[in-house]
Amino acid sequence: MIIKDIMPSFELFQPVQLRDAFALLDRFGKDSWKMAGGYDSLSWFKERAKKPKAVIDLSGIAEMKGIREIADGIEIGALTTLTEIERHPVIQAKYRLLADAAGKVASPQIRNAGTIGGNASQDARCWYYRSGLPCYRAGGTTCFADTPQGVNREHALFDSDRCVAVSQSDTAPALVALDAKFVVKSAKGERVIGSDEFFIGPKTDITRMTSLQHDEILTHIRISNAWAGARFYFEKVADRNTWDFPLVNVAAVLVVKDGVIENCRIACGGVSAMPRRLTAVEGIVKGQRVDEDIAKLAGQSATRGASPLNYNQFKIPLMANLVTRAVREARA
Amino acid sequence: MAYNLIGKNFVPSDVVAKVTGRAKYAEDFRADGMVFAKTLTSPIPHARIRRIDTSAALKIKGVLGILTADDVPQFPPPQPPILVKDEVFYVGEPILAVAAETEEIAAEAIEAIRIDFEQLPHVTDPLESLFPGGPNARSNGNVAAAQINLQTAKWEARDFAAAGDDKLPLGKPAEEWAYGDLDAGFKAAKLIIEESFVSSGLSHHSMETRSAFAYWQGGKCILHGSNQSHTAAVPNIARLIGIKPEDLVLVAEYCGGGFGSKIPGYPNMAIAALLSKKINRPVMHRISRIEEYGIGSARPGFQGHVKLGFRADGKMLAADLYIVQENGPHIGGGDFRSAGNALSIVYQPEAMRWRAVPVLTNTPPVGPQRGPGENQFVPIFEPMMDKAARELGIDRLAIRRLNAPDSSGKIGSDRGPLTSAFQKEGLDKAAAMFKWDERKARSGQRNGTKVTGIGIGQGYHSAGSNGFDGMVRITPDGKLHVHTGVGNLGTYSHAATARVAADMLNYAWDNVIVERGDTRRGLPWNSNQAGSLTASTQSRTMYVAALDAKQKLVEIAAQMLGGAPDDYDLGNEKVVAKADPTKSVTYAEAAKKAVELGGKFSGKEAPKDINPVTKQGLDMIAGSGLIGVAKDNLPRVGVTPGLTTTFAEIELDVETGKLRIIDMLCVADCGTVLHPQGLANQIRGGQVMGIGLAMFERHVYDPKLGLPASTLLYQSKPPTYLDVPPDIAWGAVDQADPQNPVGVKGVGEPVLGSGAAAITSAISDALGGHLFNRTPVSVDMILNFLSKRPQAHKPLQINTV
Repeated sequence: MIIKDIMPSFELFQPVQLRDAFALLDRFGKDSWKMAGGYDSLSWFKERAKKPKAVIDLSGIAEMKGIREIADGIEIGALTTLTEIERHPVIQAKYRLLADAAGKVASPQIRNAGTIGGNASQDARCWYYRSGLPCYRAGGTTCFADTPQGVNREHALFDSDRCVAVSQSDTAPALVALDAKFVVKSAKGERVIGSDEFFIGPKTDITRMTSLQHDEILTHIRISNAWAGARFYFEKVADRNTWDFPLVNVAAVLVVKDGVIENCRIACGGVSAMPRRLTAVEGIVKGQRVDEDIAKLAGQSATRGASPLNYNQFKIPLMANLVTRAVREARA
Repeated sequence: MAYNLIGKNFVPSDVVAKVTGRAKYAEDFRADGMVFAKTLTSPIPHARIRRIDTSAALKIKGVLGILTADDVPQFPPPQPPILVKDEVFYVGEPILAVAAETEEIAAEAIEAIRIDFEQLPHVTDPLESLFPGGPNARSNGNVAAAQINLQTAKWEARDFAAAGDDKLPLGKPAEEWAYGDLDAGFKAAKLIIEESFVSSGLSHHSMETRSAFAYWQGGKCILHGSNQSHTAAVPNIARLIGIKPEDLVLVAEYCGGGFGSKIPGYPNMAIAALLSKKINRPVMHRISRIEEYGIGSARPGFQGHVKLGFRADGKMLAADLYIVQENGPHIGGGDFRSAGNALSIVYQPEAMRWRAVPVLTNTPPVGPQRGPGENQFVPIFEPMMDKAARELGIDRLAIRRLNAPDSSGKIGSDRGPLTSAFQKEGLDKAAAMFKWDERKARSGQRNGTKVTGIGIGQGYHSAGSNGFDGMVRITPDGKLHVHTGVGNLGTYSHAATARVAADMLNYAWDNVIVERGDTRRGLPWNSNQAGSLTASTQSRTMYVAALDAKQKLVEIAAQMLGGAPDDYDLGNEKVVAKADPTKSVTYAEAAKKAVELGGKFSGKEAPKDINPVTKQGLDMIAGSGLIGVAKDNLPRVGVTPGLTTTFAEIELDVETGKLRIIDMLCVADCGTVLHPQGLANQIRGGQVMGIGLAMFERHVYDPKLGLPASTLLYQSKPPTYLDVPPDIAWGAVDQADPQNPVGVKGVGEPVLGSGAAAITSAISDALGGHLFNRTPVSVDMILNFLSKRPQAHKPLQINTV
């Protein structure tokens, strides 16, 4: 029978070295679970939908914490809390977009414990999936959200493939817009990948939101100087002004010289399983003057190809308007 | 009359305990040998239970026992069961409970239990159930409520065909009433407004879930529970456990929110008690948030239709209201009835008809939630009043003022009287404070992407009762003990009303002790702490108890110092001879004398008309001082109405659909203000809850699966600090109600309704008068309207968005 809202027992490990964490992952294999701030993990455990034998609490691994300047920008430990990111002077000065996004996540209490690594790679919040139903994403053979009567107000406009869940991270689109690199380590070594490789959709693997393998740990996120001090725009629209996931959010980086957009990266969350980079829109606005007309055109172009579900067509004007605002109102 | 305490602020004695964490709620108690209970709840919206196999669970080490429907008292359906026996009616309904050494073991045991279910058709939309051949929420019926027997009711296919998708079909009601000449009213009307509407159901989600802790001692059940009411709940809780009221000790000193969901006790309180009896160990039954969603009650949704006829000057000549109530699977609530009464009193239509049918659904049981019925209705209705004003070319405030009740106003089908109503004054005062004349010019003004909306909302709830008992005690140390059995919902009205007794007896507040929270302290029979009743009802019982104590004080003074009782009056905590103020008896001396004298003076003799519960409480304290005890036999004729007005100014961003509440102001017609800070808190809290009802909170179900989507707080979305204005202004009409000894009326409920209605009115105003005819008005609905897209939901669809 089903019982919810009480965690099953598990063995808790609290390594302080990455290599010990890798050893534990190797020892327990699929029966282990990596946990950072715990907001995603504990909610799964409380649902009793995930019952790992061993929980590896990464929060004691010092080398995964903090923000440091490197030759070509900054390196952020994956365990750095969202509050630290929101308040960090270098991030505020050079990459305000990320500080803005981090400051919009959930609530102050959650930001104090939630980490950038966890927030960016968080699992889908589709309520069917989170209820523990055996959907595609949970390894089953059906989607409960995309049915003639499916209640899918929060679900995808784009790139659905059997699963219509979305990425509801606030920091992920900001990291995409800033062209962040993800440092992924395992016992075997290290790979540094771009957001296009880090975030994955259902077509690539329907059970995961990122390309992180079970034996791998996201240890750091790097942001290069290329976009430092550009014009930024982040906006999140949710039902409530705090403690809520985005319905749609937008993150934009624009390099503008003499009123002309020289370069830009724009991404939206809440519209597909990955933070959606709007490459077509970027192409349309590059070389154009920032004005109401091009901002409108950007918005209208952003939603081209959207396939709304039963209850989410409002996301089309919302996404269009947010992209328009991003182009119109991005500020240094 | 001038008061020393009434109308002044004070710090209730339990505030410090609450803010320091010292206050002990039900789940904070412990006892030697305590074990834990968890319930197994239904994963299926509607099913017959064929077989339960607990054998594997019972073999798990640490499992101590299982409680099933066979072990608990049974009540005739559709009364809510403690544990279901043959048929489950919603996802989250408790089927059995397991006791174990730890909660983890109990959960593991529950997973090991096998139940063979036969799935039955389920329904989450009442109209689907009313359609011919539609599913029934119970195998033996689909319509029921208090005073409406469980029955199967289907409307005619023609009713549905005639209505189409956009209008509520108007089939046969289960109940109806009417007064006046409705047809003549509509015929004479200059303007007719006719709309169908939906008010979504929403959970109470009290911050403190309904955990209970119980053990047995000397044949009595000691129950620590979270409850709004105290002594009024004892008989019902005893009935749930299957014991006599005198065998129940109820400890309920604090209540972390109830909002109507914890009035007379509730079925799961019996689980800890009966499991404890069965396994002979103290049992702690903690309720999780998801469990609270299932058993914690909800405000029922409405699918409705209203037709209104207005004279050219705005007077409402005729009103025709139909409500289909989503009533949950059991007995549900009486919201459909209150909504009709609310229309009849707030707008005083000259003729009116009300029809309703409560339809059972496979969703959590519903019950009263802060202004049940009234507060679903006004947020839908006030934007319609705006529409009437616009179409008739009159001021939006003026149309409300014209229709608002004064003390000659009437209520309901029998056009019963009101004890007092000053709603016109309330509207005027609120309009003056809000600067209505200046602000209304800002209606629809555009500033960049933001458009301003100005809203007005009114709220009503009956707010007073009578016939309960008061009990006070002066102990030989001179202290006044005010015994109150009304409960501690969190409004502090238990303490504010205790000050009525203190004031009547000329006591300094520092010398007053409020005795409450534990039936062993000797508590009188008092009203439920619900229905905005406490302030008015308890001030009456406090008044009569104080009068009784006063009489005994002067009688004792006469005995001690000579003369007649009439020769004495009360001074500062002493009885003083009127003719010679140097002749006096202190209260302490009088209390000592009362103990010596015994009889009625020390409570050894009781008045004949007090409730047996009061008598039981009195027996616990008799002989320990001078006791004032009396039944409230003061007259009261008519309904005591609490009425409120809220004004709101909002800015709506047309690109995001988001709105910011710039200002909110609420004025209450609640009679004499008993406790200004308490009133301010009630008003502010009510506005915040109203914002939730107007903008965010609702039940969401997958209609095919019958599964809930808004079980957790982050999904059900009560408003946060950042969604409400930082300061909510308030005021009071401050006109005494003539039928209360100190002029008090209650106000806890209408504040929510007027708050919600001011927001829906402001949204409509910002959007050029558009009527959504639905609550909550969420961002997606605003965006669909602004981008000229159809709404995702059908006009009468409920429980899906």
